[in-house]
Amino acid sequence: MTVSIIRFGGSNCDRDAERALEHLGIDAEIVWHEDGLPEETSGIVLPGGFSYGDYLRAGAMAARSPIMADVREAAAAGTPVLGVCNGAQIGCESGLTEGAFTTNESARFQCEHVYLRVERDDTPWTAAYDEGDVIEIPIAHGEGRYEIDDERLAELEDEDRVLFRYCDENGDTGPDVNPNGSKHNIAGVLGDRETVAVLMPHPERVTLPDVGPTDGQGVLRGFEAAENGA
Amino acid sequence: MTAYTATVTVRLKHGVLDPEAETTQQALERLGFELEDLRSADRFEIDIEAESAESAHERASEMAERLLANPTIHDYDVEVDER
Repeated sequence: MTVSIIRFGGSNCDRDAERALEHLGIDAEIVWHEDGLPEETSGIVLPGGFSYGDYLRAGAMAARSPIMADVREAAAAGTPVLGVCNGAQIGCESGLTEGAFTTNESARFQCEHVYLRVERDDTPWTAAYDEGDVIEIPIAHGEGRYEIDDERLAELEDEDRVLFRYCDENGDTGPDVNPNGSKHNIAGVLGDRETVAVLMPHPERVTLPDVGPTDGQGVLRGFEAAENGA
Repeated sequence: MTAYTATVTVRLKHGVLDPEAETTQQALERLGFELEDLRSADRFEIDIEAESAESAHERASEMAERLLANPTIHDYDVEVDER
């Protein structure tokens, strides 16, 4: 099993993702987007960064690059896909997940540790946690405010496709603990299949024990869990 | 074939928060201007050759649908002028 980490021009969390996955014993390689998706790909990371300088909208250009057709096809066939930060923006722009990540309510770039409440524990990305668990993960984005119209938001919540919400250390959500103004404090959502997920916070930055907390490991272990049919 | 300029204006849907516009409004107010509200939009001017104004409009609309606007948060309109 090899996880392909797609590097676009301007990706900058690709190497972090590779090191974090390797630390967990998950084979991973960085793939330049123009080279296409390798056949042996068993999982896909859309990494963080500033692909194409965030021109037009964050993720808009990368979402329309040819490799994304392969990524959508693989996702539809059940290959696990995880989009982090700019990768989450690319995921929404490409239609892998619903909604859009746009300018923070503060209109500022925000780089800070936040708490997330795990909304489901029956997906590969959250199998390592229990529902209601609170995990600490950093954000680093200027365009992380989750937007979606109210009707589709209701559908998303009815279908139980919200994976993480911003919360306080006790797991309570609300406007006071919403770092970017996201609708209903949404930090991460699932696509059509539970094997497809995007989130703005960076699990790969809290995976290596020598740089601090390791709450993000469970998210990355989703690639193993998906393989094992969790 | 005729030369046209299609102007595509992309703006946030009504009700979607626009922090950049709010910040801009605040800056104008700090400069002493009085204003009720401020909305911002992106404008793309696209030069194309087409059989007719309708055909130019159709192509520019498809560009808006597929890239220039994000239908989740944006509305857009297209105007076509001969160049």
